[in-house]
Amino acid sequence: MPDYALKIRRYDPESGEAAYWQDFDVELDPERSVLDGILKVKDDEDASIGIRCSCRAAICGSCGVKINGQSKLACNTRISDAAARASNGAIVVEPMGNMPVLKDLIVDMDAVHWKKVQRIVPWLLPEGDPPEREYIVDAEAMIDVTQSMACIQCGVCVSACLSLEVDPEFIGPAALAKAYRFVGDPRDAHTKERLEDLADDPHGIYDCTHCFACIEVCPKDVAPMSQIMRLRRHATADYGIKDRNNGYGHEKAFTDIVEKYGTLHEAQLLPRSYGQGSLVRSQTDPSSLKQLAEAFPTVLNGLRSGKVSPLKVLRHPKLPDQDQVRRIYHAIESKDERLELNLYIVGEGDVEAEPDEEGER
Amino acid sequence: MKVAYWPGCVSRGFTPELHGSMALVAPKLDIELVELDRANCCGAGVIAEHNQELVDTLNARTFAMAQKVDGAAGMMNICSTCQGAQSECQQRLDADSAYREHVNGHLEPEGLGYELDGGWWNKNFLWLLIEEIGLETVRERVVRPLEGLRVAPFYGCYIVRPTSRLGYDRFPERDRYLEQLIEVLGGTPIDYAGKHRCCGFPVITMAKETSLRQAGRHLADAIDAEADCMVTPCPLCHLNLDLQQPDAAKYVERDLGLPVLHLPQLVGLALGLEPRELGMNKHVVGTREVQRKVSELAAA
Repeated sequence: MPDYALKIRRYDPESGEAAYWQDFDVELDPERSVLDGILKVKDDEDASIGIRCSCRAAICGSCGVKINGQSKLACNTRISDAAARASNGAIVVEPMGNMPVLKDLIVDMDAVHWKKVQRIVPWLLPEGDPPEREYIVDAEAMIDVTQSMACIQCGVCVSACLSLEVDPEFIGPAALAKAYRFVGDPRDAHTKERLEDLADDPHGIYDCTHCFACIEVCPKDVAPMSQIMRLRRHATADYGIKDRNNGYGHEKAFTDIVEKYGTLHEAQLLPRSYGQGSLVRSQTDPSSLKQLAEAFPTVLNGLRSGKVSPLKVLRHPKLPDQDQVRRIYHAIESKDERLELNLYIVGEGDVEAEPDEEGER
Repeated sequence: MKVAYWPGCVSRGFTPELHGSMALVAPKLDIELVELDRANCCGAGVIAEHNQELVDTLNARTFAMAQKVDGAAGMMNICSTCQGAQSECQQRLDADSAYREHVNGHLEPEGLGYELDGGWWNKNFLWLLIEEIGLETVRERVVRPLEGLRVAPFYGCYIVRPTSRLGYDRFPERDRYLEQLIEVLGGTPIDYAGKHRCCGFPVITMAKETSLRQAGRHLADAIDAEADCMVTPCPLCHLNLDLQQPDAAKYVERDLGLPVLHLPQLVGLALGLEPRELGMNKHVVGTREVQRKVSELAAA
């Protein structure tokens, strides 16, 4: 059996000592997991290592840690793969990020993750008296939320979130994915209120910096960022919610500008975003004017550096075939329903291109 | 090598020095750029947030135009965000033939259509440099090795995540290309926490504090690691890291002042082009110190 080097972050708040690294060697079959490695070290060498785990099969979501800097479930990460990615020979195992450490590899999920999940009202809010038996819903109607329902609440995305790193108050990827689970549920009667709440919160859906970190690390392919984008889509397109964070304005400004010019007229993006999409409103609305004034030094810097010319600010050429772009916009936006291809649901393999295994049986 | 070239909106808008420097660098590497001047904005994630079918159709239109360029090896972009936004659409178009046909239906009036061709590619200049041109060829063309220049790589989220969509199974070192390239150009790549993190640009209008704390923190980390400059293949990252840098300094409560170069500018310096022709005077954070170091190299 091969030998693996583990470098584990140790910390015991009751000892009064600072956190430190401890090195271990462990002999293990290459197909075993990093969790198996940690548990073996715990059994053989140091029983005091703190790690939370239960099912060992990526179902309970207990053993989230950082392995070589990346947030992962320890049970779901092959030790040989982790060793191959280790930069200095040893597999580096740390507690998850964005949450306080309780001991060694155990973080305080209550203080961050569960508090944020509670924030989004994680239960159904149906209208009227409950039915005598269970709620009956059309199976088709639930397909849209299956991806967000796959979440096992492991907190790995919370650990990796780059917005949370700079804004601890951000509601975060796990809780917002959970919010979509209720926003997309046909039984819920408070969809609009939920969306208004999440759009107006300065730490809500428009505080997500669109960095894909949560999509990259999620062990269940929940793609929390995609769920946040769905929340934004429902808030703006379906409910027309004009939030206080320019979320509505930014999306409207961007899509309208591309419809008009074909490419982005950047000089109009900022004022239009502040004016809920409108250039006129941007120059009359007090809140927009305040934001424009705040942005003025940056604009001035741009002009002074020569990268932004006054002519460019005033004029932006349309594409030679702009009528094509406008026709595409019209054809798609005039439809009653949006078409969305979710590869999580339909699968990535092209049905026609797959060998016909079913037929052989 | 001939490529269908998608410069994106920002390189022709607020970062004209990127578009200009790419035009100068391309012939030095025998890249023939056929500019897709009729193609539309990639959507930068925002149109995707608004309507997926719309963004997929708009990018299918660009791909179809690129596929029509006679003799082109593939399509090249100079923006991490274009790369990521377009790769996302391409993934959906490639995955489902019925969906692809539906989207192509919108392009039919102009006789356009995106064809699934396993060999066709759309690559950021960084990927193209390493995978199609090759580091050895770049090394041979270097006439001014950037000796002593300490460069902090900054990738941009859209070309590092999600790896499953961005071809990392075939090209697992794509998140290390900048360091490899900086070395080949003669410079010293520096290691710091921010290189694969987010510049914050996508939320600059919606969550300014979150946005500029991100930009400021990465700049500060690079400065602490004694970087002379930062380099990025993404003009949107450049806007937050350079144009917004004076403001970002306030959000991290410290002095910054780190020059941020576009990828073709750094390559251009090593290939013998002058800072001025590469538009290095058109930055908000002055590049004088980098220019001074480079001019000393030229004299040596």
